[in-house]
Amino acid sequence: MTRFGAPDEVLAHIYRKDASGVLSVLISQLRDFDLAEDALHDAIAQAVVAWRRTGPPRNGAAWLLTAARRRAIDRIRKSSRARDDATQRLLLAQLENQSQANEEDQPIPDERLRLIFTCCHPALSQEARVALTLRTLCGLSTQEIARAYLVSDATMSQRIVRAKAKIRDAAIPYEVPEGPAQAERLSSVLDVIYLIFNEGFAATEGESPTRADLCIEAIRLGRLLYQLKPHPESGGLLALMMLHDARRGARTDSFNEYIPISEQDRSLWNQELIAQGTQLLHFCLGQKRPAPFQIQAAISAVHSEAAHAEDTDWPQIAGLYRALEEATPSPVVTLNRAVAVAHAHGTAKGLALLETVAQDLDGYQPFYAAQAELLRRSGQLSEAATAYTRAIDLSTNTAERTFLIKKRSEITAQA
Amino acid sequence: MRYMALIYNTEDGEPNPEVFEAYGAFTQEMVAKGIFVSGDALQDSHTATCVSVRNGKTNLKDGPFAETKEQLGGYYILECANLDEAIECAAKIPGAANGTIEVRPVLAL
Repeated sequence: MTRFGAPDEVLAHIYRKDASGVLSVLISQLRDFDLAEDALHDAIAQAVVAWRRTGPPRNGAAWLLTAARRRAIDRIRKSSRARDDATQRLLLAQLENQSQANEEDQPIPDERLRLIFTCCHPALSQEARVALTLRTLCGLSTQEIARAYLVSDATMSQRIVRAKAKIRDAAIPYEVPEGPAQAERLSSVLDVIYLIFNEGFAATEGESPTRADLCIEAIRLGRLLYQLKPHPESGGLLALMMLHDARRGARTDSFNEYIPISEQDRSLWNQELIAQGTQLLHFCLGQKRPAPFQIQAAISAVHSEAAHAEDTDWPQIAGLYRALEEATPSPVVTLNRAVAVAHAHGTAKGLALLETVAQDLDGYQPFYAAQAELLRRSGQLSEAATAYTRAIDLSTNTAERTFLIKKRSEITAQA
Repeated sequence: MRYMALIYNTEDGEPNPEVFEAYGAFTQEMVAKGIFVSGDALQDSHTATCVSVRNGKTNLKDGPFAETKEQLGGYYILECANLDEAIECAAKIPGAANGTIEVRPVLAL
């Protein structure tokens, strides 16, 4: 056994660590997602055999890149397009040139930022952006993504095939945009990562383990993005995900029932992750470019600071929601501010603020859950019971539903 | 790469001179940048006739293909480096401000 470990182990390690990096370079050189994926799979199959015989190479990622490029050249040569198509002939010549260089001595370039921006291009549907990002950057299989999003393999496969076809056929560029477009495009990337995180976070542990894994993938993506492009808002998103994820162990009880933050056992919070997230957030806020993800992370950080629910600095949270409302006005943000205002400045003020968005949030489950809670606190029990019933009827998550039913039975017993 | 920008707008009465001017300026900009290939404005959708042939019989229908609030009112063919450039151009078409521009790559044969 060498100091690198057994070849298969090295290969598994390289695959986890470097596959998306190698793929990102291949796509850049081949300008074709499918061809790049096929060529990389060929190269991996080749490595399994070759590395058992010769031991792992010094620079495994570079080895895979070189091998994959050779396999891609073979595939292009075999296809009829290469003979008739001038562009394909030019591409072949370029690829053969690149193959001459001795890459094993150099670190391979990192094109993953271009890959992220392309997969999250706003000309693709949001569902397609999420699926393609999980497929190409996280290396999840189509089946795994289908299971996480509760759709059939065929549906997910078609979604990914279509997205790749649109990138190719509509010529979506493999680029990190420059100039004023960059901010908008970065925001699309951040939204995709946060969507992936929330999909995992909304799921409870027992329901589907694959979905909880989405949080891990999202945080990994967030780290990668921040490492490649340390924009304060990318840092804000990463801090937000870390702070939320730190509470994972306290969010459900042993019966898999949802526990709201006010009733969580705070000793179960992951303090190391909270410290990391808070430190990152302070560094980002120090750059004086506050934006929605940084503000949301700040709210989460204030919650994390409190040793007990009663110690929560609600006036500060209410102020932060006010800032968030100014940055991105939406009835949902106002709903959250109303809850904070109720804690900070009294239930009556919170209920009054809630009333201002009642029409906009008609049929929105969290509105009725919040309203029920505030009504209960102000002693309006029969109104509270009605609101709980609305919230229960609209609930789609089993754990949350069970929690609300329990709450309602508590007040009907009181009344 | 060639893209077609299909301009969908509501048809609200007389076209005003400001809109004409804005289209003129956009077209000039595209010509100056070497992006413009061609483009036309269409008459209102009440002039449209849909034609289909089934079993050798030609059927006609009065009106546009789809009865929607926003109707195809014109198009540009633009030569762009990639979809990002095409989207940037489409966003400058005056009709984008109150209607919708559909951007489609032209099939290269």
